Order: sequence, then C-alpha cells, then structure tokens
Amino acid sequence: MGKLKLIIDGIIKNNPTFVLILGMCPTLGTTTSAINGMGMGLATLFVLVLSNMTISAIAKLIPEQVRIPSYIVVIAAFVTIVQLLLQAYLPSLYETLGLFIPLIVVNCIVLGRAEAFANKNSVIDSACDGLGVGLGFTIALTILGFVRELLGSGSIFGWKFIDGDGILAFVLAPGAFIVLAYLIVLFRKVTAKKA
Amino acid sequence: MAKESSFKNMVITLSLICLICSALLGVVYSVTKAPIEAAELAKINNAIKAVVPECDNNPSEEMMEVEGCVVYPAKVNGNIVGYAIKVKASGFGGPIQMMVGFNADGTIYNTSVISHAETPGLGAKITGEIPTRTQIVGKNPASSNLTVTKDGGEIDAITASTITSRAFLKGVEAAYKVFVELQKQQQPWEN
Amino acid sequence: MEYIIIIISAVFVNNILLSQFLGVCPFLGVSKKVNTALGMSAAVTFVMALSTLVTFLLQYYVLVPLGIGFLQTVSFILVIAGLVQMVEIILKKISPALYQALGIFLPLITTNCCVLGVALLVVNNEFTFGGDPHMLNLGQSVVYAVASALGFGLAITLFAGIREQLDLNNVPKAFRGVPISLIVAGIMAMAFMGFSGIV
Repeated sequence: MGKLKLIIDGIIKNNPTFVLILGMCPTLGTTTSAINGMGMGLATLFVLVLSNMTISAIAKLIPEQVRIPSYIVVIAAFVTIVQLLLQAYLPSLYETLGLFIPLIVVNCIVLGRAEAFANKNSVIDSACDGLGVGLGFTIALTILGFVRELLGSGSIFGWKFIDGDGILAFVLAPGAFIVLAYLIVLFRKVTAKKA
Repeated sequence: MAKESSFKNMVITLSLICLICSALLGVVYSVTKAPIEAAELAKINNAIKAVVPECDNNPSEEMMEVEGCVVYPAKVNGNIVGYAIKVKASGFGGPIQMMVGFNADGTIYNTSVISHAETPGLGAKITGEIPTRTQIVGKNPASSNLTVTKDGGEIDAITASTITSRAFLKGVEAAYKVFVELQKQQQPWEN
Repeated sequence: MEYIIIIISAVFVNNILLSQFLGVCPFLGVSKKVNTALGMSAAVTFVMALSTLVTFLLQYYVLVPLGIGFLQTVSFILVIAGLVQMVEIILKKISPALYQALGIFLPLITTNCCVLGVALLVVNNEFTFGGDPHMLNLGQSVVYAVASALGFGLAITLFAGIREQLDLNNVPKAFRGVPISLIVAGIMAMAFMGFSGIV
C-alpha cells in the first residue's frame, strides 16, 4: 500500500473528526484557541504513531482474548509518557489541556486504529496510518480552534486584533458544538465536489 | 495468527506487557521528575517576583507555613521588605490560586493569579490589569474596606462577575489574616 | 447539605456532557431512542460509581503511598476495563434480556471519556462545593460520580427525545446525521448555561 496514500487517506478520506466522527471529547474540549487545538492534535498524533507501531510489532505475540486490554495498556503507557514530557517541558500547554491529556487513552481514534489497522499491517504502514490520521485530527482541531478563537476572542494564534472580547459564545460550550457542526457540513460539501 | 488463548498465555502476556510498560514509565518518570519540579518552582517564583518589592534573597527557599498558607519572605540585606502569601479562594468555576504580596508595613504591593477556572471573558478577566486588582494596590486592609461596592466596600468588581471579584477579594483578606498572624509571631513581646 | 450541592452542580450547572465535554461519542452515537438512552445511562451510572470507588481507593492506598503516581493513567484504565468486563459477565448471567438490549454499548463504556474522566477529576482536582477548595473524600467522590452519570443520562435522554422528533422533520441534506445533532447539542448546552450561578 502506498505510504503517501495512507497518510493522505488519514487526512481526508478517513479524517477522524469530519468523517469518522471519533474523538469528539477532546475536539470540543480543547479547541478554545488554535494553539490549544494544535497542541492537543500533536499530542494525540505522537501517541497514535507510537502505539500503532508498537502494536503492529507485537500483535502476533498477543493471545486473541487479551487483545484489547493489552492494547489499552500499551496506549496508556505512551499517553503517560506524553503527560510527563508535557508537564516537564511545556507546562503551560499541559495546564491548558488539563484532563484531556490522560483522556487520549480512551480516545476512540487510538484504540480504533490499533484494532482496525495496526494489528493487521506492517510496522511502517501502521506508522504512516497513525501519522495520516493524527495529521487529519490535528488539522481538524486547529481549524476548529482557529474559528472559535477568531470569532470568540478576536485573536489569531494568540495575536489579538480587536480590543476587548469577541462573541464569547464561541469559546464557551455551545460554540464548540455549533462550529463543529458547520465545519463538518463544509467538509462534506468540499469533499463531495471532488468526488 | 496470534498466540493461542490459553489462560496461562493470557496471564503471562498481559502481565509481561504491564511490567514492561511500568518499567518504561518508571524510567521516563525519573528523567522528567527534575524538569517538572523546576517548572513548578519557576511558576511560583514568577508569581512571587510579581507581587513583592525587589529583594536579594530567594523567597521560595525560605518559605514558611502559617495558618495553612505558604508564605515567602522577601528580604534585602536580611531585613524583611515584604511577604508573598499563596492563598486558594473559592471562585465561580473552581479554586482560584493566587499570590498576594504585602510590603513590610502591611500595604498591598501587588497580586498575581496563578491559576483559575473562571469563565472566559467574564471572571477570567481577573488575571488582567483590571480595577478589582489595581485599586487595592497600596491600600492597607487594616484601614480600608477592601470589598466590592455592592457589599459596601470601595473596590469595583468585574462587570457581571461579582462572584469572581468577591472570591478574589476574600482571598486577599485571607492573605492579610496570615500577614497579621506573621506579625504576631515575629514580635511576641509586643503583644 | 454538601451532597445536595454536589448533585445539583454535577447534574445541571457543570453537566458532564454539555459543559465538560465528557461522554460526547456515545451521546452522538447512541441516543436515537429514549429507551436505549435510559438503558445506557443506567449502565454508565453503575460503572461510574463502582470505578470511582475503586480508583479512589487505588489512588490513596496504593499509588500515593508507594510513590508510583505516574502509573495513574495505566492503572485507572485497567481497573475500568476490568470492571466493565465483570459487569458484562454478571449481566449476562442475571439478566440476559438487558444484556441483549445494551448490546455493543456495554464494552464501549470502557472508552467512554466520562468514566475515566470523573475518576481522574476526583483524585486530581480540588472542588469548591460551598466552601474552601478541598479534595473530595470517598463518599463525596462517589456521590459526584453518580450525579455526573445522572447528568449524562439526563442529557442523552433529552437528546434522544429531541432526535426522535427530528427524524420526522425536514432537515437540509447536508446537515443530516451528525451536524444537526451537534447543533441541537449546542443549543442544549446554551440552555444548561442558564443554570450557572445556582451553586
């Protein structure tokens, strides 16, 4: 399978946020700004690539019945590593993302890709798949964060261009749901035209 | 394709995976322990620096605990020039961790909000240079009524965020109580 | 008294789903019929209460004393996975009908963010229920977990009710399915924001 195709598929055809509708919790909870969304996406990408590679490598050694718990432990280990690294070297991002970092472990995307792809394919292919899906997720979160930040705080990547606040609803709970809805519709329209 | 799912295999595989993961995590933990502590310390030091006058000692090394709050003394040539007191207030959306800095005479030098869970655009403004925080600078809680105007005090609350403003000022009041206790402890013979 | 504040806060003011964004995946996927939503809520409530209880004890009697706090994420998710497995086995034995009705949703509770989310919240964060910020004790934690689960249940049941009506209406083609559900959720979130300031 073409490695590049795998990556591109993850971004467009299998985009976890706009197509597969997976990993909604961090998508809604961490996109109050573009940087936060990007940070969350990249942390998840890190876990995705590493866990996909590891699970692909050891899949044959794991008995069928303990498959899921084993994958979960591997994923949880990588998530903890991300937690510790962020806490040590990017403490402000760590505080902003808060609870959602350990929640990467129950992000359906990670376990989903492990189950659907990594345990049946080679290590390199699995890495590409993880990279593609992770990039798709990161791009989706960054876009969502960008829109919410633009409309809600009047800033772009932290650079404020208005005095005072924007339309606060966008950085609060309702905004998350509603902006995501419109982005999915937009994505559908754009990709439908291509087909 | 995979190994046979006998009970023995399952237990061994899962246990092995858990052990290896735990060991790996133990290693990463020991490597990141120091940077994590350093980052925490940097956060506290920044807050201290923002709330007390220039000092030549290292306040976080001389920290003391008084009335359940951590106190960081700022000194010049061994003489106290101020105290930074860390308090936790009950904000609207959760705890507000703040650092309140007093001059040696009891007037407020400055305040710093370390962390909070207030609503963006409303209570979250507490971290900015807003009247609620700037109006108390230089005032002495012993002689001024540092509560919001709604409660009969002199301080302007954040618009539509009275609860956050009240919580903040309550935190300042709690810090002042600690300061008073400190004074008592420093000069027992005067009381 | 504090228990009442915890319940009102977790169900309405800081609804686990509509304001903390935990449990959104099953929210979008499950809730097309009110009955399924109710069954799902019951299962989640049970698992959440039990797992918060066990993880709380695990944290304070094993992880903290042994200084292995960094194993929190790994051990908590293993506990939850194990509990869900156990619930499945027990349910199959005592009520096969309910087991059938819940179907795939039962194992999916393991990856439901709200179960792990609440378990982590109670041992890592300080709460301000009617007083100074403090960590919750065991009783308060379990009440908080049950209340959060009830909040989750309330949200998905309301949502299922709305979805049942929505299916009968003319939704623009591009919005059908997930987008319109998200917009409904957004409006519900706005409605629930009206509860802020009660506690």
